[in-house]
This record gives sequence, structure tokens and C-alpha cells, in this order.
Amino acid sequence: MRAYAVSRLAQTALVVFLSLTAVFAMVRLSGDPVLLFMPMDIQAKDVNEFRQRLGFNDPLPVQYARFVGGALRGDFGESLRYRRDAMGLVLERFPATLLLAGASLLLTLAVAVPLGVLSAVRRDGFLDHVGTISAVLGQATPGFWLGLMLIYLFSVQLRWLPTGGIGSVAHLVMPSIVLAAFYSARITRLTRSAVLEVLGEEYILTARAKGLSEGRVIGKHTLRNSAIPIVTLAGLELGQIMGGAVITETIFAWPGLGRLTVQALLNRDFPVVLAAVFFISVTYTLLNLAVDLLYGWLDPRVRLR
Amino acid sequence: MRRMLGRSRWFRHGRDGRRVEGDSRAARNKTPCEIPAGHGRAPHDPLRTDFPQSLRPPGTAGHLLGTDQLGRDLLARVLHGARLALFIGVCTVVLTAIFGGLLGLVAGFVERWPSAVLMRIADVQLSFPFILLAMTINTIVGLGLRNTILSLSAAGWVVYARVVRGEVLSVKQRDYVLAAAALGVSRGRLLFRHVLPNVAPSIIVLASLQFSSFIVAEAAISFLGFGIQPPTPAWGSMLSESRDFLYVAWWLAAFPGAALALTALGVNLLGDWLRDTLDPKLRV
Repeated sequence: MRAYAVSRLAQTALVVFLSLTAVFAMVRLSGDPVLLFMPMDIQAKDVNEFRQRLGFNDPLPVQYARFVGGALRGDFGESLRYRRDAMGLVLERFPATLLLAGASLLLTLAVAVPLGVLSAVRRDGFLDHVGTISAVLGQATPGFWLGLMLIYLFSVQLRWLPTGGIGSVAHLVMPSIVLAAFYSARITRLTRSAVLEVLGEEYILTARAKGLSEGRVIGKHTLRNSAIPIVTLAGLELGQIMGGAVITETIFAWPGLGRLTVQALLNRDFPVVLAAVFFISVTYTLLNLAVDLLYGWLDPRVRLR
Repeated sequence: MRRMLGRSRWFRHGRDGRRVEGDSRAARNKTPCEIPAGHGRAPHDPLRTDFPQSLRPPGTAGHLLGTDQLGRDLLARVLHGARLALFIGVCTVVLTAIFGGLLGLVAGFVERWPSAVLMRIADVQLSFPFILLAMTINTIVGLGLRNTILSLSAAGWVVYARVVRGEVLSVKQRDYVLAAAALGVSRGRLLFRHVLPNVAPSIIVLASLQFSSFIVAEAAISFLGFGIQPPTPAWGSMLSESRDFLYVAWWLAAFPGAALALTALGVNLLGDWLRDTLDPKLRV
């Protein structure tokens, strides 16, 4: 187990390093970052001064070495637009994204797991059909459209919720619903099939035969045994939610990492793009690693190699 | 593909925003929104502005779904968006299936270093959320139709490579492949005549499942300001523009999004059916 964790960590480090290199190559081979960033009417003298100050006049290998050296210390340079430390900007925005991701994960689990369990227990019942239909619809509905429609309904028409921004619980409602809608669809389906599978096992038959109440059979014997795939998917989804947040945060003007990344890309603010992409890719990879390790811990039958 | 893009009159007119007279295909697509004779107007053009008629609600005479802020007919724009979305979906799915499929085929067949290199590249790509990767590539290669297709494909081929490689690894151990190899069949023939046909169902199923996610991803990145740019009527950029008018014109947000959701729904159902029919074991 420990050897596995160490080798996976080493692999993760390699992947992160390679992705860093890939992003650097893409950004630098695409053209002069200073010219892309600057407005058209800037004077050549200023461009050159700017370039000199940020070290873009050095040979590419020197820049790459400086970039990697800096990245290892978490230093991605200064944002071209805000004149502030790029990684600092990213870290500043991260808690908001984490809050949003956490809220939508809780919402997802609170809706999807009970719905999935009930669908499986009352198979082909009313709730099962409702669950199936809403899962199919939830997977097909693009989050950004759902967001617009929610804003129209709850902010424009009913005036119950703010259209965007951060501050109170009311601000959190719509973004987390939008994020949760897509993911709960998948988790509902998975919970349903996992529970159905466990319900067919012989130990459930035994539990019923010895006269346990249905509540105990479902709550204890079934749920525990179907938890593994659910936990796995939920963990992987948390990583996906961070990607989905890119869009949701933009619609609801949520000052998180996703919105920062989109704005940095639109502004061609490459130090911030690099810092944000690096941060997201590290979080994402570590999350996947954590899920894999959790899997082995939850189910000792799974041998990790 | 380049030739196709260059030849298609519709895309030319979409790209430089000029109306091309006598575009028969565009006209055919607009038939459903044509108004009864007597109104005296030519079939709607998705780019033709008519400012006095701006922001008319759905059901206005001649504009079944209403008009947008410049008085352009919404139904015509939604229909053109459908064509654009399907075109992008087909192109990206074909490109990724061929590129990713071939690489996966080779990596699975020739294990050693091509396999290792491919898997590392796949790991690197999969450490970014798909949308973010497509957006970053799009920023770098440039916006517009062709570059959007390229960025989506560049971000999406990995899935095929991984699935196909896995399949090939198992298929090439089957008895009929071993038998063919023992009979002295050349490697190329072995790969394309014996392995590929047995991997093909997975590629087809995967392609159908990826189709809707590519369409939605294109809409998402156009919505965020990358991808297809206005005035070309893509669903994503229409939704993006509609945000400014949400207080006064709900239909601008409702219809393009509904079209997108319905398309995704239809394609998903088709994909599920294909999966159940062709390859019940495949889980993506």
C-alpha cells in the first residue's frame, strides 16, 4: 500500500511537470505574449521595456529554466494585467471555488443517494421512473443554459435570489444547483445500479430471512456495501466540478478560480493562466490519487499495485 | 476538410458576416419560418438585421420565435446554429476517432515505447479538465470555426486512444489473431484486417457518446467568449449575447439553449441505444 502510494506520487509529480512544460510550450510558441497582451496603440519603446522587465528578451531555454525554477517555488511571475503575484491571485480565489464545489457536492449527495436508493428498492415504481427521466434530462441540459433559466426565474421574475456575486447563502443557491444538476444525474444512476447489485447478494437474503427490518437491511447491509463505487465517483466528480466551475462561476459572477482563469485567458494574461492551470492540474491529479487510495482503504479486497 | 470549409458558401458568409445572395441551402433550411404570402419579405436570413423590429416576443407575425436585439429572426438563427453545431460535432468526432483510434491501435499493438509515450501524454492531458484544455488551446491557436474544431479535437482524442489501446491489448491475445499471426500474416494486415474490425464497435459507440459532449463543449466555450464569434449564429455565442437582455427578452436565452439541450438529449439517447446494441460491455 505504501509502496503503491509512493510510486503513484512519483507518477503524479512527473505528470504535473510534463503538463507544466506542455503549457509553457503552448503559450510561448503561440507568439509574443507581450504583443498579444498589449493594446494595439502601444509604443514600441514601452513594449520593449515591458519585455525586458519580464525577461521575455532572453533565449527560450533560459526562460524555460527560470519558469520551472520559479514554478517549483510557486512563483509564476507577475500578472501582466494586475501587476500582482500570479500565484497569489490564484490562491486568493481558491477558497471561493472550494466553497462552491463543497456546497454542490453536498447537494448532489443529498439528492442523488436517497433518490438512487429509493429507485433501486422500488424498482420500476413511480420514483424510479422520475429518477431515470431526470437523470437523462440532467445529463443533457447544459449547465450554462440551466443557469440562465434559473436567473430568469428566480432573479428576474420572482426576485428571490441575487443574479450573481458572493456574500450570503442566497448567493450560493443557484450556482450549486447548476453544478449539482449534472453530477447528481450520474450519481443517481450509479447508486441505483450499485444498490440493485447488492440487493441480489445472498447475505441480503440471509438478513431478510433472519427477520431484520427492511430499514436495517437497506440502511446497514446494503448501503455499506454499495458505498464504494459511490464514494469513488463522488471523489472523481469533485475534480470534474472544479472544471465545471469554470462556466458556472462566469455566469454567476462568482469570484473563484474558474472565473479568474477565463478572464486571464481572455486578457492573454499568461502568468496567471500558467499559475491557474498548474494549480488546477495539481489539485485534479492529487484528488484522483486520493480517490484511488481511498478505494483500497474502503475495500480491502481491492489490491493496489 | 479544408476544401469543404472553403467551398461551402454558407461558411464563407458566416465567417465574414456578409450575406451571400442565392444561397439555396440556407433558404431551404429556413422554410419552416417562412411567412404566408402577402407579408412581402424574402425568407429570413440569420444575419439580416431589422432594427425597427428588434426584441419582438415569440409569436410576432413573421417571427415565430421572436427577434433579437438587432431584429434578426431568432428561428432562423437557431436553425443555423443547429447546422453549425452538428457540423462541429461531426468534424470533431471524426477527427478524434481517426486520430485517437489510430494512435490507440498502434500503441496497443506495438507495446514497448509507443505505448508508454502515448500513455504519458494521455495522463498529462487528463490532468486538465476538458473544457479548460479546449479553451486554452483555442486561445493559443486562435478563435473561429476551424480553430475551434481543432482545439476540441486536440483536447478530446485521448479518450479514444486509451479505450482503443485497452481493447487492442485484449483482442490481440485472442485465438484467431494468434492463429493468423502463426500463419504468417503480415503485421499491417493483422492490425487492419483482424484487430481493427473487432475494435471498431467500441470506437463507434464511443464516438456517439462523445458527439453530444463535443456539441455542448463547443457551445460552452463560445458562451465564454472563445470559439465561434458573433455574428455567426452559434448557440453558445447567442446565449452569451442573450445575457444582456435577460430582463427584457427571455426568448433569446430560452430557445437556443433548448435547442442545444434537445440535441444533446437526442444524441445521448442514440448513443445509449448504440451501446446497448453493439457493445453491452462497454462502460465509459
